[in-house]
Amino acid sequence: MSGLRLVLSGISHAYRDLPVLDGIDLTAEPGEVLVLVGPSGCGKSTLLSIMGGLLAPGSGTVRCEGAVADDCLNPLTYVFQDFALLPWRTVAGNVSLVLEQRLKRAERAVRIAEVLALTGLTEFARAWPRQLSGGMRQRVGIARALAVRPACLLLDEPLSALDAQTRDLLLDEFAALIARAGTTTVYVTHNLAEAARLGQQIVVLSRRPGRVRAVLRIDRPLAGRQAGDADLARVEAELWRMIRDDAAAAERETLDAAH
Amino acid sequence: MPRIDGPVTFRGGGFAPRNHALAGAATLIGLVLLWQLGASLGVIHSLFLPAPVTIAAALYDLTISGELWRHLSASLARLAIGWAVGTVCGIAVGLAVGLWSVARSPGMAVVSALFPIPKIALVPLFIIWFGIGEGSKIVTLAFGVFFPTVIATVGGVDNVPRGLIRMAQSFGLSHAAIVRKIVLPGALPALLSGFRVTASIAIILLVAAEMIGADRGIGAFVLAAGNLYDTGNLLAGIVVLSALGLVVAWLIGRLERLLLGWR
Repeated sequence: MSGLRLVLSGISHAYRDLPVLDGIDLTAEPGEVLVLVGPSGCGKSTLLSIMGGLLAPGSGTVRCEGAVADDCLNPLTYVFQDFALLPWRTVAGNVSLVLEQRLKRAERAVRIAEVLALTGLTEFARAWPRQLSGGMRQRVGIARALAVRPACLLLDEPLSALDAQTRDLLLDEFAALIARAGTTTVYVTHNLAEAARLGQQIVVLSRRPGRVRAVLRIDRPLAGRQAGDADLARVEAELWRMIRDDAAAAERETLDAAH
Repeated sequence: MPRIDGPVTFRGGGFAPRNHALAGAATLIGLVLLWQLGASLGVIHSLFLPAPVTIAAALYDLTISGELWRHLSASLARLAIGWAVGTVCGIAVGLAVGLWSVARSPGMAVVSALFPIPKIALVPLFIIWFGIGEGSKIVTLAFGVFFPTVIATVGGVDNVPRGLIRMAQSFGLSHAAIVRKIVLPGALPALLSGFRVTASIAIILLVAAEMIGADRGIGAFVLAAGNLYDTGNLLAGIVVLSALGLVVAWLIGRLERLLLGWR
């Protein structure tokens, strides 16, 4: 296994007077897929932003440990829920964006061709984002992330904006790509089937302010996991048992706030 | 209990206006023909409103004599320089106000205070400051173009999705690269919309500036024709200004198609 170890110690955060995270301690081991699940508003995406250095925590530290490959251009690399593609750049242009400051033109072209082939986008290299389906757009997001040869992938609900069929198809591809890349991966989702399918360490957060409520480990390689697997279904049920009451309470909080 | 029995009535039409380029041109041609008809029948007196053929004849004479080009070239030069100076300064200040907190409140306060001032009222002041020559005319245009450009630029920058900037930051792009590759292209649609407004403002101010202390330029020509009650030449000058507005709008449309083809 390769990649970075990501160590979070005592992470707390508040938006103004609203505490969203409280004393989070966790470690993503090199090459491991750590999945963060929890009820709505528990601070999953906030925690991922803090891990990626996009948000300064109110208190606590995030440390990266380990060596990165020579060709790694961005050790901690994000994949966004809403794809975050530049509409004025083609598919190849969007991938190129993150390489332009660091690689020469020829080297860049090779790397773009490589990641587009890996994500099945070669024939769409010159397409505009508006011409692509949601699933294809997220493939571009993945291609862009893989192009910088990350040591740690941070995925913020990457499939939640997609329809159910596309999500299932892309989930299989994600599993294959993550297994192949071997990078440390932190995956935020509210979908428990995704969590069970991808997670090697599944961290369950409580409702706001988010605290680590439980940690589940699945010691099975991603390659051997299939949709409909009975063991994974049991994990999914266990996760739902842990989250259900918090999810219902979070929903009631939302309704109260709306009134 | 009331019964319903019959096909569902379609009620989803309308609220989707479409452009018909030919209908627009036909409307203009129709109005000109009506105007000509009214003049030919004596309903419209030539002193109040010369007939289209009279204006066309005046334009022909002005073109043949070289008079039109003498005035038009002076106006085009002032328009190009004044608009370009105002636009470049407006974009620079708009980017500063849009991107940096330190410039935002002071910049917006100054823009809000000075934007509503009628720029035509400042022409005499500009003549005192910059002289009766080209300086005051170009400054009038630039000043008029500057403020709407600042506002369009700030609006454009503010409307660039924050998620795109966050994405660029997550990939470690430098501040300069984010401005160049995310903010500027993202603000471009608003900037180009602003160009349509500022080009019209520039033409209005051009005429106003040329009406004070200029012997060349369409504004000066229109003023001179008006003083002589030469309504044929006066309207010929106005037709030229209208055509200038159409050409500028067409050029900006081409620019939009060229730069915003991704939309």
